[in-house]
Amino acid sequence: MSVISKDPALLHDGDEPDNRAISEIVELQMGPSHPATHGTIKFNLKLDGETVIACDTEVGYLHRGFEKMCEQGTWTQTIPYTDRLNYASPLINNFLFCEAAERLAGVTVPERCSYIRTILSEMSRVADHLTCLGMSATEVGAISVGFYMVEAREILYNLSQHITGARVTVSYGRIGGLTRDLPDDFEERMRAAIAHTRTVMGDAEKLLERNRIFIQRMAGVGIISKEDTISYGITGPLLRATGVRRDLRKDEPYMMYDRVEFNVPVGTKGDNWDRFSVRFEEVIESLKIIEQLLGQIEPGPVKVDDPTIYMPDKAKVYNSIEGLMAQFKIVIEGVRIPAGEIYFAGEAANGELGFFLVSDGSGRPYRVRVRPPCFYAMGALAQMLVGGGIADIISTFGMINMIGGECDR
Amino acid sequence: MQGFIDSLLATTTTGLSRELAYLGGMIGFGALVVFGFILPMAGITSWLERRVWAKIQSRVGPNRVGPGGFLQWLADGLKNLLKEDVIPEAADPTLFRLAPYIVVAGFVAAFVAIPFAGSLIIADLNIGILYISAVTSLVVVGILMAGWSSNNRWSMLGGIRSASQIISYEIPAGLSVFPVVLLSGTLSMQGIIENQGWAPVDWHMFHSPFTLAAFLMSYIALLAEGNRTPFDLPEAESELVAGFATEYSGMRSLLFFLAEWGNLYVIGAIMATLFMGGWQVPAFTDNVVLLTVAQFGMFFAKTYFWVFVAMWIRATLPRVRVDQLMSLCWKYMVPIAMVNMFGTALVMVVIPEGSRLMSYALCGLMLFGLVRFGRRVNYHLKRSRRYDTVGAIMPV
Amino acid sequence: MSDYIPVFFTLVFAAVIVAVMVSLNRILGPRTEANAIKDAVFECGNEPTGTAWGVRFAIKFYLVALLFIVFDVEVVFMYPWAVIFRELGWFGFVEMMVFMGILVVGYMYAWRKGALEWR
Repeated sequence: MSVISKDPALLHDGDEPDNRAISEIVELQMGPSHPATHGTIKFNLKLDGETVIACDTEVGYLHRGFEKMCEQGTWTQTIPYTDRLNYASPLINNFLFCEAAERLAGVTVPERCSYIRTILSEMSRVADHLTCLGMSATEVGAISVGFYMVEAREILYNLSQHITGARVTVSYGRIGGLTRDLPDDFEERMRAAIAHTRTVMGDAEKLLERNRIFIQRMAGVGIISKEDTISYGITGPLLRATGVRRDLRKDEPYMMYDRVEFNVPVGTKGDNWDRFSVRFEEVIESLKIIEQLLGQIEPGPVKVDDPTIYMPDKAKVYNSIEGLMAQFKIVIEGVRIPAGEIYFAGEAANGELGFFLVSDGSGRPYRVRVRPPCFYAMGALAQMLVGGGIADIISTFGMINMIGGECDR
Repeated sequence: MQGFIDSLLATTTTGLSRELAYLGGMIGFGALVVFGFILPMAGITSWLERRVWAKIQSRVGPNRVGPGGFLQWLADGLKNLLKEDVIPEAADPTLFRLAPYIVVAGFVAAFVAIPFAGSLIIADLNIGILYISAVTSLVVVGILMAGWSSNNRWSMLGGIRSASQIISYEIPAGLSVFPVVLLSGTLSMQGIIENQGWAPVDWHMFHSPFTLAAFLMSYIALLAEGNRTPFDLPEAESELVAGFATEYSGMRSLLFFLAEWGNLYVIGAIMATLFMGGWQVPAFTDNVVLLTVAQFGMFFAKTYFWVFVAMWIRATLPRVRVDQLMSLCWKYMVPIAMVNMFGTALVMVVIPEGSRLMSYALCGLMLFGLVRFGRRVNYHLKRSRRYDTVGAIMPV
Repeated sequence: MSDYIPVFFTLVFAAVIVAVMVSLNRILGPRTEANAIKDAVFECGNEPTGTAWGVRFAIKFYLVALLFIVFDVEVVFMYPWAVIFRELGWFGFVEMMVFMGILVVGYMYAWRKGALEWR
């Protein structure tokens, strides 16, 4: 910020006296028990009137020791923990962890499994973006948009429950496959959900895209430059909003992303309006990806046929000694992954979600390190907030979409 | 009120002094209005608001207590009655306790000059509208008091935001009253209504383009004064926790909300009185009681139309930021309100009798606009999703 | 003057509403022992950073109050004029134009000086 003269006598002719100079700096703690901070973050603000002149962000209110917990169980027992990383899109965490472990173990999953993972990842991304968009619209006061988007998300969650048996704690992925195949009516339901989401997005667009109050609340707020974004290590929609066309699904394709056509929407200025638009467009693109994949997917197995990686069918377990032993080995000792280490990252809803896995050759992870996408944005948050008002904290923090479970681990 | 009492006195033979009967009648009616009308009305408005939002936001809303959740407001009141009443250690207890009194007094006192029908008004003060804008400003004192006495920085921010917002919007709200005062030559609420006719062309809002603009300015400014969305910054729950009411619990916090919903009625009543002909109905009968009922119904319908619009706006628009709020007031609404005032005065000196043609043209324009808007709403309603779509599309 | 007696009574009724409701709440509501944490002011679940009373607030709030006083006093002056405007005719119009002209000069000055900017 500019230099402020405390003494009006020091002002030169023609200088506008700076009103801010005369008032006093107020300290204020915002969060964790604040409606906008999700109970998982705290801003120590220094305010001048309502202008933020300094902000100290405290994270860690939802720290559960995820990485340490992962070292206590087998590889398979780690999977439920990953559900609790980004709880707005649990399937993506699930699948990315499995992909990383499979790469370390040198396992290739069947094609149908890969297709299902891609479809459900995109479905989760849509649900995550709907949450973020709807809630940040609600937080600036447009409550109805929030309810519309939550309604569409509800349909996706119901679908998730139909497939995996749970809405959030899905644990659907397994190393070397999935827990079970899709239900028979999946395609029909998915298409209905896509159609509904499109209507909701249309309604939201009508309510917000030309709403001057909303645009003024978002545009020009929380700006961060392209260079700063990169040097902070921010990825995902926040990076793309500054104009960098970086999307791991496109740049380093994994799963089935190289078999679909989609655009990577980018912004120009890196303000909240760009972030909002980028996420909004990504929902539309994700729906297109799902539709393309639904046309390509074919029946087949959804798990590898290797009893050292994936448990045999229940029929084999109950009726043959080999099956029983394989089951016992996996449950008690865990999947044996050869010693080594790997870093694998994919594009989660908030950006690059990476897993760094170290195996010592036993059935338990030696070390699991997660690169949560929103943790890096938290570092840059102070820079985005300084100079704005208290009201701008709400829209900026809402668009960053900080998920406590993922950021604090 | 006095004519009403005169007719009552004629039927009885008691030797009551006329002045005493007037006074008794006014106070009795006042008690009836305060206890029998304002309290249930504010409560029912809260229920209505939640139901209206629910319809707009494709959900159900309160539907458990009573038919259609109608008694929800009583249940909420009872619940708040049974809550603990906490006053923080650091707060200033006297002012903390006093604040709800002032806020409630501010809006209840406004009802003294608000007409309900031709003969139903607690007191037809000859400074009616000036009195209303004066006593509703009491609310800002109460809010500031609540914010300051809580000794909480969030409350303080909310209170001070609220004070600067309400006093700023007092200017355009006050200036927008002038076209009406110029036209009717009186400040009395009944006088203003009597200056208009029952037909829309005779309403003040259609007198000239300037009064039409003043009408819109007035509604916006009143919404801002009543802390309604898009101007509900003082209690912006996602920004300032609960604003000035953060430290209040139990009944005291409910009283602030009571004042907010009560204020909504005051806003609607001011709009109906100043610009929309108030309780004016065609003289279809000589029966005073029937006519009074019809007038009351008319006034109530017009008032609740504006209450409904406020709810609709709240469900649709995001809230503005404090700097946008201030620049909207000082840079747009104040000059426009001034121009409206002078435009109306100019029209009055150029054509003292007023132009019927202009009124009809403006009325037609408004009708055209309403029809177009209605068709658009209807178009979107037909295309919209039904609120039970989730269950229909995706059963679990 | 008798018109204003109901105003007084209405204010009394309003006070009765508040008094009755708050005392009912006192009687019916639960009461717990004084507790340092419960009696603390709310600052998002943290120890309060301090009193809110010692804080001087930004000058812009006072600026708004000043502007308000200027304009509100003018508005009050205009009420009598508005009431008898019909009788005054052109004279009243020109008269008020002059008055408002002076006010507008002040308004433009405040605008140019940036008093209307919120920062």
